[in-house]
Amino acid sequence: MDVAIIGIGIHPFGRTEGVTGLEQGTHAARQALADTGLDWSDMQFAYGGSSAAGAADTMVSKLGLTGLQFINVSNGCATGGSALQSAYMAIQSGMFDIGMAVGFDKHPRGAFTINPEGSGLGKWYGDIGMALTPQFFGMKIQRYMHDYDITEDALVRVAVKNYRNGSKNPNAWRRKPFSYEDVAESMMVCHPLRKYMFCSPAEGACAMILCRADKARKYTAKPVFLKAVAVKTRQFGSFEVFSQSQALDRAPAPTVQASRAAFEMAGVGPEDIDVAQLQDTESGAEIMHMAENGFCADGDQEKWLQEGYTEIDGKLPVNTDGGCMANGEPVGASGLRQVYEICLQLRGEAGERQVPDNPSTGYTHVYGAPGLSGVTVLTT
Amino acid sequence: MPSIADQVPIAEGLFTWPSNDPRLLGSKCRDCGVVTFPAQSGCPACCGQDTETLELERQGKLWTWTIQGFLPNRPPYEGPETPETFRPFGVGYVELPGQVRVEARLQTEDLSKLRIGMDMDLVVEKYIERDGKDIIAFFFRPSDES
Ligand SMILES: [Zn+2]
Repeated sequence: MDVAIIGIGIHPFGRTEGVTGLEQGTHAARQALADTGLDWSDMQFAYGGSSAAGAADTMVSKLGLTGLQFINVSNGCATGGSALQSAYMAIQSGMFDIGMAVGFDKHPRGAFTINPEGSGLGKWYGDIGMALTPQFFGMKIQRYMHDYDITEDALVRVAVKNYRNGSKNPNAWRRKPFSYEDVAESMMVCHPLRKYMFCSPAEGACAMILCRADKARKYTAKPVFLKAVAVKTRQFGSFEVFSQSQALDRAPAPTVQASRAAFEMAGVGPEDIDVAQLQDTESGAEIMHMAENGFCADGDQEKWLQEGYTEIDGKLPVNTDGGCMANGEPVGASGLRQVYEICLQLRGEAGERQVPDNPSTGYTHVYGAPGLSGVTVLTT
Repeated sequence: MPSIADQVPIAEGLFTWPSNDPRLLGSKCRDCGVVTFPAQSGCPACCGQDTETLELERQGKLWTWTIQGFLPNRPPYEGPETPETFRPFGVGYVELPGQVRVEARLQTEDLSKLRIGMDMDLVVEKYIERDGKDIIAFFFRPSDES
């Protein structure tokens, strides 16, 4: 049973004072329903989650107490992606015909605060100042730049591109483009990564309605087909956030595993993808994820960025909506935001940031703590 | 010099203590030989459960590094700095030959000289004071500063 996305909804990302994360989720859910002309009572199931803004299933008190199966999903940075995957499986298994995936969040300002013991680490790890995700990103790209001759120029170019794309996205948080100098001269946060190379915790919500592919055209003229969804966790030897030690022999990242599984499931390869959303927690992440997802060889990113291959009019546009950098990181919503953007692009509704020449195949990728990745392949 | 009774390790089992020549304590899998730090009962590589405690090498090479550029949130951070006195500090992974790469804070007078591949030595010393006692932690320091 193939699965289609027939409706999409979003609550603008960024900071919305006075609106809870749950209310933003409810807003996105209503928008997704309106996009299809369906009612909440038509939904047979829902999967939803947030990491810091409450239990998704409580939104039934606003949307309506229809008695549907509503399952809360909590899976770190892959929460939205895992909700989508669960919805996919619910339909693909034949158990249900139509339902919703929803993700939302609302984080306090500033860096994410980590509870080391809740992450399976000793309390000492936080006491001494190592329970900070930016350190991991700094250390991973530091080694990668050393191994593959990537320069700081590439880090700056990624950030400039993503903020420029975000300036064309009415739902983005940061809508002001930054100049090369703005990024290159911003404060050093965790060497070699600077302030404007990082995304920040934020707020936002996304929802989508999925149904059996053979019924999709009943609801929309522009269904987007979910050809693959894959979620993978780390293997022994991959370099992950909050690792007190690392093996001497390096294993491929969970992104590599998820990407391969998704391409195999979809029956397409990296060369078939017209537009991609790749996890850009910071500039280095987008650079490494270009290779981990199979789009280029390690070290080729320098050339790709200089030549503008990942710009909206390039051969593989990446993070056309501005990515996490311009949208911020509401953990529960980010994975679904990527899918929302691909749906807009494949439907030809991305406005000022529309990828030219009618893109027909898209790709999304999330990565997060403590070492997991979720990938989707979408087609028209 | 405070007496040994006034010195408390930041966590039990991370390094030999008290000791004049403290070593980090890892574990080695008796089945596949993989070394982990801190010591743990199960093997993350082969899923076996037969591990033994292993004293790790005190010298290694810097595998990667970064510089923590802002004062970490409290909790969980317990370092002694205030926003006014905070100075960026190094963090990295040090590869201990034939064993494992250990994540640690780096101590150096000159952060600008951190380089992948440089020689590093284990340092076990006072980190902070808490309840009248010195809290002892482990760090790595460039060998040419030791
Ligand atoms: Zn083993």
